[in-house]
Amino acid sequence: MLEVEIQHRFGAFALDVRFTSGGRLTALFGRSGAGKTSIVNAIAGLIRPERGRIAIDGTVLLDTEHGVFVPAHRRRLGYVFQEDRLFPHLTVRQNLLYGRWFRRHPAGARQIGFDDVVEILGIGPLLARRPRRLSGGEKQRVAIGRALLAHPRLLLMDEPLASLDAARKEEILPFLERLRDHSKVPIVYVSHAAAEVARLATTIALIADGRVQAVGPVAEIMGRAGQYPLAGSFEAGAVLAASVSAHDPRWELTELAGGFGRLVVARLALPVGNPLRVRIRARDVILAATRPSGISALNVLTGTVEAMVPIGEEAVEVELRVGTERLLARITRRSQAALGLARGGPVFAIVKAIAIDRRSLGRDDALDFPVEAEVFDS
Amino acid sequence: MIQYLGLGADAAEAVRLSLKVAFWAMLWSLPFGLATALVLARVRFWGKSLFDGFVHLPLVLPPVVTGYLLLLLFGHNGPLGRFFAGFGVVFAFRWTGAALAAAVTAFPLLVRAMRLSLEAVDRRLEEAAGTLGASRIFAFASVTLPLMLPGVVAGMVLSFARSLGEFGATITFVSNIPGETRTIPLAIYALTQIPGGDPAALRLTAVAVTLSLLALIASEWLARKFSRRLGGD
Repeated sequence: MLEVEIQHRFGAFALDVRFTSGGRLTALFGRSGAGKTSIVNAIAGLIRPERGRIAIDGTVLLDTEHGVFVPAHRRRLGYVFQEDRLFPHLTVRQNLLYGRWFRRHPAGARQIGFDDVVEILGIGPLLARRPRRLSGGEKQRVAIGRALLAHPRLLLMDEPLASLDAARKEEILPFLERLRDHSKVPIVYVSHAAAEVARLATTIALIADGRVQAVGPVAEIMGRAGQYPLAGSFEAGAVLAASVSAHDPRWELTELAGGFGRLVVARLALPVGNPLRVRIRARDVILAATRPSGISALNVLTGTVEAMVPIGEEAVEVELRVGTERLLARITRRSQAALGLARGGPVFAIVKAIAIDRRSLGRDDALDFPVEAEVFDS
Repeated sequence: MIQYLGLGADAAEAVRLSLKVAFWAMLWSLPFGLATALVLARVRFWGKSLFDGFVHLPLVLPPVVTGYLLLLLFGHNGPLGRFFAGFGVVFAFRWTGAALAAAVTAFPLLVRAMRLSLEAVDRRLEEAAGTLGASRIFAFASVTLPLMLPGVVAGMVLSFARSLGEFGATITFVSNIPGETRTIPLAIYALTQIPGGDPAALRLTAVAVTLSLLALIASEWLARKFSRRLGGD
């Protein structure tokens, strides 16, 4: 359990946050300049807040009221920075082993071994090289390995993918998912990218203007209408828990099942029963007042309107309850009037199978949500 | 070996003394130079520009003035001279004084080179070392120091070369005593003052040129070696 309470002024900017999280991956989500990095730096001990209290699993790292300030090098936290910050004069192997010099892990605790980390991150062939000649993705993987091998009780990651191109991001994301699902180390992950957060987070703390605007499980925060202006992103979209229920080899499609019902997407190379999370962008959802027929879209979900929040002058974000899950749709106000949408009223949500691309799907081996996976033959 | 170069015993003595003076001047100023570079690069305090100016003063001050000030401070009756005499260390009219004069005049060059290389090292690397468990001192020693090594070496070579050439402050502070404070420049000066001294002065000049060139080549070689170590696989 991570407990954070920070009050600090940087010139005209005031940081005043308070949240707790027991999630495996807590995403600090918000636009640039919201104060996310300052929060992580305070947790790491790189800045000393004027007032506050920070504790991990009951171990107090900062308590200004009682004069407690554990210096950064005694906090046993791993930190993966936005830029890799590898030591240029050391080889990859020496970089990875740097934290070992301090032997600060408690004896008897289960350790992540050197070989395991090298294996998981796929950096074996790089061990003898120096950081300068590595690609951005390779550097960031080494940086993650270096932080892990210092045996941290918490791993802090500050936009570790921000400086990478789309292909390199895709290369790292599966490692982060594995880390989240299989390592014992909880992660605090800073990001302003909705897609990244939707894929990785178990808990989201929405940060804006130096304050926490909302905290909660990923599906709850992502599925709430009107959050996105705060996050500074137009990529609003709900996150649904699902699992693979069937494959349709004839049309190269895969059917997913979850609390929302069924969803057909392009064929996935995952076994039946495999849990995953699906992000459906609000602007990819079409709403209809009556059940539509004769359309190309493969998915029609039945739901009720939970909330409607105006976005700008022309649009409205509609929050739907679909089974046990929530879905977001962004439509024009004119359509809202034409459909006569009202809270509690029934509505049909149309989602194109093609709109749900591979990048909207994340693996989720240790799922937070209860899912009844129906398995049937195709 | 020095005899083979056709140098007389006096000249050979001067070369040996010069090397000794320059070596010890360089070595003793090293820790103080590093500390000064650290303070100038990283600490903010009131009167810092004054301190900065004071450190660089020997660079612009007439060497004779530096030497005279050293004489006033470290001479037999100087406050610091008496203080060190209490520990059995005497500077006045000794080779140690020549080393002190050389160290003081070369100090700004040493500090400048180290400060520049220190400022070129990304401080965020030390932060990263801290999050991995390294204390500030260990982070500095294991990350920053190796990365600023080319600057340290460059500073040492500059300091050594400058010390070999020190004249004004030395002759003012510790005079021109054969075998004790008569380094190469002072020996050349003495030879040019006596009739028929020119050939010997020329030979010493050749030695001085050679030594300076060697120092420069050595520093160049070391710099290249370091940059290859950082750049390569």
